[in-house]
Amino acid sequence: MVDVAFGPGQGQRPDLSNRNEAYLDMVRRKRMYGGILLVVFVALMASGWKLAEHRNAGGFLNGLHQVFDFPSEVLSEAWTNRANLPGLFWDHVPALIETVNIAAVATLIGALAAMSLSLLATRGLARWPALIPVFRRTMDGLRAIPEIVIALVLIYILGGGPVPAVIAIALHTGGALGKLFSEVAENADLKPVEGLQSVGANWSQRMWLGVIPQVAPNWLSYALLRFEINVRASAILGFVGEGGIGHDLKLAMQWGQGRYDEVVAIFALLFLAIVVIDHVSDHFRHKLVKGH
Amino acid sequence: MTMTATAPSLAETVTASFARKRRMAFAIPAAILAYLIYAAISFDLAGLAQRARFDNAAILLSDFWMHKTHVTRDNRTDTVTVAIEGETKGTYPPGLLPDWVRIDGDVTTIDLGRGHIVTYDGDGARYVVPGYGTIDIRPEGGKPVVTAPEPIPDWISISDNKVAVTTDAGRFNYSRAKVETFKYEPGWELWFFTLDSPFHGKSFAELARLALSGDRIDPSRSNLGYMLSEFWTNKMWRHGDVAWAIFETILMAFLGTMTAALIALPLSFLAARNFNPLGPLRFAARRVFDFVRGVDGLIWTIVLSRAFGPGPMTGAIAIALTDSGSFGKMFSEALENIDEKQVEGIQSTGANSLQRARFGVIPQITPVLLSQVLYYLESNTRSATVIGAIVGGGIGLLLTQAIITQKDWEEVAYYMVLIVLMVMLMDSLSGWLRKKLIKGS
Repeated sequence: MVDVAFGPGQGQRPDLSNRNEAYLDMVRRKRMYGGILLVVFVALMASGWKLAEHRNAGGFLNGLHQVFDFPSEVLSEAWTNRANLPGLFWDHVPALIETVNIAAVATLIGALAAMSLSLLATRGLARWPALIPVFRRTMDGLRAIPEIVIALVLIYILGGGPVPAVIAIALHTGGALGKLFSEVAENADLKPVEGLQSVGANWSQRMWLGVIPQVAPNWLSYALLRFEINVRASAILGFVGEGGIGHDLKLAMQWGQGRYDEVVAIFALLFLAIVVIDHVSDHFRHKLVKGH
Repeated sequence: MTMTATAPSLAETVTASFARKRRMAFAIPAAILAYLIYAAISFDLAGLAQRARFDNAAILLSDFWMHKTHVTRDNRTDTVTVAIEGETKGTYPPGLLPDWVRIDGDVTTIDLGRGHIVTYDGDGARYVVPGYGTIDIRPEGGKPVVTAPEPIPDWISISDNKVAVTTDAGRFNYSRAKVETFKYEPGWELWFFTLDSPFHGKSFAELARLALSGDRIDPSRSNLGYMLSEFWTNKMWRHGDVAWAIFETILMAFLGTMTAALIALPLSFLAARNFNPLGPLRFAARRVFDFVRGVDGLIWTIVLSRAFGPGPMTGAIAIALTDSGSFGKMFSEALENIDEKQVEGIQSTGANSLQRARFGVIPQITPVLLSQVLYYLESNTRSATVIGAIVGGGIGLLLTQAIITQKDWEEVAYYMVLIVLMVMLMDSLSGWLRKKLIKGS
C-alpha cells in the first residue's frame, strides 16, 4: 500500500491485472523507441555520407577503384629500386628517433604536470579545496585545444624544430592525463593519508607517501597509453608543421614520382615503430594493472 | 646460527628492501633528468633562444584582440586609401572616412590619439611625437631624407630607401613607393557588417528598431532577413563559410566514428576467443585490426586523399578505417569478458546463434561499446581538425590557411575560439549522452 501511495505516478504503473498484456505492451513500447532511434540514426548516416560525398572533390564510386592506384604505383616503383631500401631505411632512423623523442619528452612533461594538477583537482586530496573547479577547468581547457593549433602558432614564434611540437603535445597531454589521473586518485584509500597526517606530514609528503604508491600502477599504465597516442600525434604534427619523420614523409611525397622508394621506406619505418611501441606498451600495461 | 645462514631474518629482508627502494627513489628521477638533458641537447634548446622571434609574439598577441587600419598614400599617383587590415574588402568609401582621418586636397591629417599626429602633404610626410618632436621626411632624388631631433632613438629605423617609426600609438612607414600609417584599435572590426552594408556603424538599439520596424531598406525582403544575410555573407569574416567548416568537421568525426563502430562490431566476434573457435581465423582478424590501427590515420589520410580528392568524405573514411582497428580490438576484448551464463540461458530456450548474440551478448557489451564510441566521437572531433588540415576540409583547412598567410591573426584567434568551443560542446554532449544511455535514466 505504501508504494501505491508514494510510488511513481499512477499512469506509469503497469496494470498488473493482466500481466501478459502489460509485459507485451512494455516490449512494444521499447521496440518502438528502439525503432525510431534506429530510423533516425540510419537517416543521419545516409544523409551525412551523401552530404560529405557532395562536398568532396571526388566521388566515392569514382575514387573507389583508384584507392589501390597510388599504393601500387608507389610499391611498384619501390620494388624496382628495392636495392635502395635498406639504405633509405637507415637514413630516416634519426628522424624517427626525433619523432619518438618528441612524444617521450612531451609525455614525460605532460604526465608530471598532470600529476600535480590531478591531485589539486581531486576531492578529498586537494591542497586548496576551494580551487578545485579552477584546476578542473584548466584541465578541460588544455584538453580542448587541438595540438595542431598550439604547434602552428608556436612555430610562428619559435621558428621550426621539435620544441613547438613538444610544447603543444605536452599541454594537451597534461589536460588529458590530468582527468584520468584524477579519476584514479578519487578511488584511492584515504587511510594512509590520514595516518600520515596524524604523524604531522605536510601535504606534499602525504601525497608522495600516501597516495602516489597506491595510484602509481594505474597512472603509469595511462601514461604509457598516452605515449602510444603521442607518437602518432608527433608524426602528424611533423607532417603538418616541422620536424621528425612526418616532415621527411611530406618532403618525399611532395617530390612525388622518383622518390617513392623513400616514401615506402618511411611508411614502413613508421608502421613498424608504431606496432613495436604498441606491443611493448601493451605488455607493460598488462603487467602493471594485473600486478604480475 | 644455522637459521640466519639459510633464511635471513625479517629485519634483514626489510632493510634490504628499504635500501633497494631508496636507491630506486634516486635512480628514477636521475634517469628522467638525464633523459631530459639529452633531449634538450638533441632538440637544440640553446639555439632556440636565437631563433625565437619575440617581435612575432608581440604582433600575434596584439592582433588577437586588436585590428589595424592602414592609411596609405601611393607616392606616384598621390591617392590616399583608408582600409581596415589593408584589404580591398575593408576599404572605406571616399565619403565615409573614420573621424580620425581628414583629407583636404593633397593634405591628409591622421590623428593617432594622445597627441600623435601624422600629416601627408605635397612635400612629404611629418609625424609629431609628443615629448620627442617632429619627424619630417622629404623625398630628395627619390630617397627619403629624415629630419628629426638628435639623437635618433631606436624606435625609428632609417635605411636607404625606407623609414619606419614604431610608437605605442601606431606604426608609420615611408618608402619610395608609398607612405603608410597603421592605427591599432581594440576589437574585431567589421565582425557584424562590412563597410558596404547598409547596417554598418549602427548601434544595437538602432539595429533592433530596424529589425522590428516596417520600413524596408531593401523592398524585396524584411530588414531582419536582410540583416541576417548580410551577417552570414560578411566578406571579411565569412561567417557562413566558417559555420559550414565547423559542421563539416563534426560531420567527419560523426560519420567516421559511427561507421568504424558498425564495421568493427561484426568483425570483433571473429577475433573473440569465445565466439570463434577457429584459431587461424581469429589470428587473421586480430592482425587485420593491428594492421589497420598500426598504419595510422596519417598514412590512411594521405593514401585516401589521392583516390578521393580533398574533402570531408576522405577525412571521414580515414577516421573510419583507423578507428575500426581500435574498436575491433576493444570490442573483442569486451566480448571475451562477458558472462557466459546469460548466453547459456538464452541457448536453453532453443535460440540460434544470431539470437544468442542479440539477446545474450549485445546487452552485456552495450555499456562498454557506447561509452567507447562516445569517447571516440569526442576525441575524433579534435582529430578531424588535424585531418581536415591534411585532406583540405573543415575548420582545420581554414585555420592552417589563416596561419600560413601570417597576416590575419584575429581570424586565427576566431577559429581557435570556435574550435575550443566545438570540442568542449562535443565533450559535454558525449558526457551527457553517456550518462543518459548507460545509467538508463
